[in-house]
Amino acid sequence: MSNNLRFKTSKFIDETYRVSFKFNNKTYFGFKGDTLASALLANGIHLVGRSFKYHRPRGIMTSGSEEPNAIIQLHDNSSRTEPNVRATEVEIYEGLVASSQNCWPSVNFDVGGINNLLSPILPAGFYYKTFMWPASFWEKYEYFIRKSAGLGKSPKVADPDIYEHNYIHCDVLVIGAGISGIMAAKMAAKNGFKTLLVDEKSYLGGSSIYDNSEFSKINNQLTSSWLEKEINEISKLENLEIKVRTSVAAYHGYNFLLARESLTDHLPINQRDNKVRHRLLKIRAKKVITATGSIERPLIFDNNDRPGILLSSAIKKYIDLYGVACGENNVLFTNNDTAYETAMSLIQRGIKINAIIDNREQVDSKICYEVEKNNIKIYKGFSVVDTYGYRRINKISIMKLSKDGQTVIGDKTKLNCDCLGLSGGWTPAVHLFTQSGGKLKFREEDQVFIPDVYPSDQISIGSCNGDFGLEEIVKNTLSSTKKFLNIDNSEYNTVEIISVLSQSKRNIWLLPSDKTIGKTKSFVDYQNDATSKDIKLALREGFRSIEHVKRYTTTGMGTDQGKLGNMHALGIISETAGTKMGEHGTTTFRPPYTPLTFGTIVGRNVGEFFDIFRRTPIHDWHVKNNAEFENVGQWKRAWYYPKENENMHQAVQRESKAARDSAGILDASTLGKIDIQGTDASEFLNRVYTNAWSKLAVGKCRYGLMLNEDGMVYDDGVTTRLGENHYIMTTTTGGAANVLGKLEDYLQTEWPELDVYLSSLTDHYATISVCGPNSKKIVSKVIPDLDFSDEKFPHMSFKNAKIGNIKCRIMRISFTGEQSYEINIQASFGKSVWEKCMDAGKDFNITPYGTETMHLLRAEKGFIIVGQDTDATLTPIDLQMDWIVSKKKYDFIGKRSLYRSDTIREDRKQLVGLLTENPEEVLEEGAQIVSDVKKSPIEMLGHVTSSYYSPNLKKSIALGVLKSGKNMLGQKLIIPMENKNINVIVADPVFLDKEGKRLNAKL
Amino acid sequence: MFLINCPFCGEREQSEFKAGGEAHIVRPKQPTELSDDEWAEYLFMRKNIKGVQFERWNHIHGCRKWFNMVRDTSNDQIKAVYKMGEKPPVK
Ligand SMILES: [Zn+2]
Repeated sequence: MSNNLRFKTSKFIDETYRVSFKFNNKTYFGFKGDTLASALLANGIHLVGRSFKYHRPRGIMTSGSEEPNAIIQLHDNSSRTEPNVRATEVEIYEGLVASSQNCWPSVNFDVGGINNLLSPILPAGFYYKTFMWPASFWEKYEYFIRKSAGLGKSPKVADPDIYEHNYIHCDVLVIGAGISGIMAAKMAAKNGFKTLLVDEKSYLGGSSIYDNSEFSKINNQLTSSWLEKEINEISKLENLEIKVRTSVAAYHGYNFLLARESLTDHLPINQRDNKVRHRLLKIRAKKVITATGSIERPLIFDNNDRPGILLSSAIKKYIDLYGVACGENNVLFTNNDTAYETAMSLIQRGIKINAIIDNREQVDSKICYEVEKNNIKIYKGFSVVDTYGYRRINKISIMKLSKDGQTVIGDKTKLNCDCLGLSGGWTPAVHLFTQSGGKLKFREEDQVFIPDVYPSDQISIGSCNGDFGLEEIVKNTLSSTKKFLNIDNSEYNTVEIISVLSQSKRNIWLLPSDKTIGKTKSFVDYQNDATSKDIKLALREGFRSIEHVKRYTTTGMGTDQGKLGNMHALGIISETAGTKMGEHGTTTFRPPYTPLTFGTIVGRNVGEFFDIFRRTPIHDWHVKNNAEFENVGQWKRAWYYPKENENMHQAVQRESKAARDSAGILDASTLGKIDIQGTDASEFLNRVYTNAWSKLAVGKCRYGLMLNEDGMVYDDGVTTRLGENHYIMTTTTGGAANVLGKLEDYLQTEWPELDVYLSSLTDHYATISVCGPNSKKIVSKVIPDLDFSDEKFPHMSFKNAKIGNIKCRIMRISFTGEQSYEINIQASFGKSVWEKCMDAGKDFNITPYGTETMHLLRAEKGFIIVGQDTDATLTPIDLQMDWIVSKKKYDFIGKRSLYRSDTIREDRKQLVGLLTENPEEVLEEGAQIVSDVKKSPIEMLGHVTSSYYSPNLKKSIALGVLKSGKNMLGQKLIIPMENKNINVIVADPVFLDKEGKRLNAKL
Repeated sequence: MFLINCPFCGEREQSEFKAGGEAHIVRPKQPTELSDDEWAEYLFMRKNIKGVQFERWNHIHGCRKWFNMVRDTSNDQIKAVYKMGEKPPVK
């Protein structure tokens, strides 16, 4: 390999700044300004990876974000490793370590290459057809597929980098800083619009910034020089913010866009600590100007994927921008004029061009004559039919195209080359436009899809709008932007353009071959190894919609979303099926335009900020006293309080026993509390609860059940009448927000005539529940002034009281079946009152208990937990709670649904108790209930919803829902488990103290 | 993401709102008088139109008010927003 691949011509490369980097464990050098791709090419390296399915050697194909092949792993085995990175987008820095990823053991010798030989048996849909049958074999297949295919490796340790999200509001967002974007941004900013200009590259100016051609000039200056002055000017504009290395990932409705700003990826690793790596910009723009340019099309022919085959525009960029020659003996293969610009760039630097193969018979624009003048052989009306060379292209063969372009004729000529440039014309980058909901139209003349109907306040300008010639671009950008921004005058009015390119083109989606179709490998999607043969096979098998063909053949399904080959896939489909382009749909481009890291997506919401959690005012005490916590909604609730070596079971048994034998204390602060006031408060409760409320006396409490309009249980809780027109409602912990929302909904939309006001007080009060036979003695010590006698303060009543100077509300209500008191006090005093209760209860072995014991105690009493024993398919009747459904009330939410034909069925699932034959055996929650295990299939009658070992009853108890359960009392049923069947007997769901004596028990 | 013009607060991000299904379905005043079919019509049947649809929305992370919206579901264009109880300003 010779050393003169680098030409000292580019001002974008700082040759005084040498950068060393590693690729596949070997050290190389590049210069500041290089991308990994340009630096590798400067070192003569084309082969960088293996293809996904056939493991064919693949090289750098492009120079930008559309790259399908050169995807690499950065910093393997480090915390900053990143897979699937496009070498064409990585700016090199000192210490960069990159490796090929889809090959084993090495990129030069890859075991998976055998797939290439096996390719006749790896057709489209191969995975669907082969590996799905028999289903039980999938695990075996998967092992091999994962080992031999697969892209990069994900990091194994926490990401050390910082990411953040930023909101940006602007009048005009301009996406893409090529010639159109620069012009539009300048016009917008100069006319008073607050403007943001973003570009995915590290520099401004797009491909025009290195356009030094004598054949296209602006105001008689080189395009690059003219543009440089423009850039210099706009960088001083106050109204304009410019962000480079910023890639718009998504364009949503209402001009809401997401962009990723990359801040440290181009810095040496040791300079990145404590800096934000990526910023996700959430941009809301009044107007959007899309100037995302276009992507050159490859040409589809046999073996069009060898290392050394690049897009012709990429060859031009590598030489003009990076000063790197991709080869020393080049051949260009084209169907339009743009390859001749590449030729001129190569000629200028004295790089050899062996030949130009042009599909067109007529090649007569000025630039083509100029190229011909340099003694370069142009094969007009010819096509490449094959290529040779395993790790790098070394030869091509060409043949003459027939008049209709359907076949090749005549003799085959072989030509030597080490680099082949392809130009199949240009595809407007309409990805963001279609993401925004825009509709495309097909332009027959040059076979492109261009924006047609805009769904929001936006325009597309430049080549992403289908304007390819310099004159067209400048003129149309000017007129469209003026109209869009309602601007009269612009300095661009007088701009003069010289351009010698013609727009003539001979488009053939799939070039003919002298071989039969089955013998060729013409790649349409390089990254996913989908060939023209695969697409034709899909059509033969009956697929028509592009979305189906895409999934079946995996065309366009790679990380590059088929930026290069999607158009060819559409073209081959329409040619084969004999239909019009676009008739089978264009593929839908989905966000992100280029992949985003997870870090970018989550931003600062990592670790403890991933999801917020709520703590009760007594939380610190629970922590100090060794509580284990359970997540309930967003709350952290004390679950149980293990002592010394206790496990969960032991702790819960001890806590449960203590609560019934003497006294327990529970932090119930998480229960939802809704303050309800207004002259219609009682009427409102009548309508939202199943039972009657008008007659509830002030100072009394009542349990209520709330249904959905479909009659299914929605929430439950105790509501207390604090005054004539004043109630406090409690809800379940998880249901609090939704219940408030539902009540507000009815008040605002169905019953606006009711005089009712709601406020959420959940966070305002701490709720401490003291229960057990000694609870009264304890609360009496805490509040000595209050008369706690059963006569003055009976079960289901409430009292205002004071602890010291602090007002509190005491409710005598019970979720455990024990005598119990709930102290509600301003949240900030919660912990001190809790401690007071602990102190007062010392002599009575007061035992803090958590949610698990609470669940056990209520299960002994057969009290349901909405959401555990119910699942939005159970009515109060199903729950054997007929007693709480008022027969007298004319209406309440859900009433009518309680006698629909379905809800009155006798064989609905109903709540029952379950006792195991062996009292020591505890059932698994969620286990199925059946009556017969011999019959196949086994009929499922229901399932276990709650299950515990009760230390108070000294046996296992469970609740469950069971078909016709009400009529099955005493029946023997079976719970089939993995390795045994457990016999159970259907029982009353109330296991303990059915008469409720303990509520008033005296010790 | 929509930009929704809450009739009480003005323009806000869609993330502040909750959608609440089809609008102008009035809860029957006398449910007990209805047959199963009539009740089911109220309870379950929704139009789910591709095109102009009348919807309920709630500014749940804002003023918590319910209001109505006319939205073209085929292109997500919001034609109008109006308060509960008001007549739709467009057809
Ligand atoms: Zn609002």
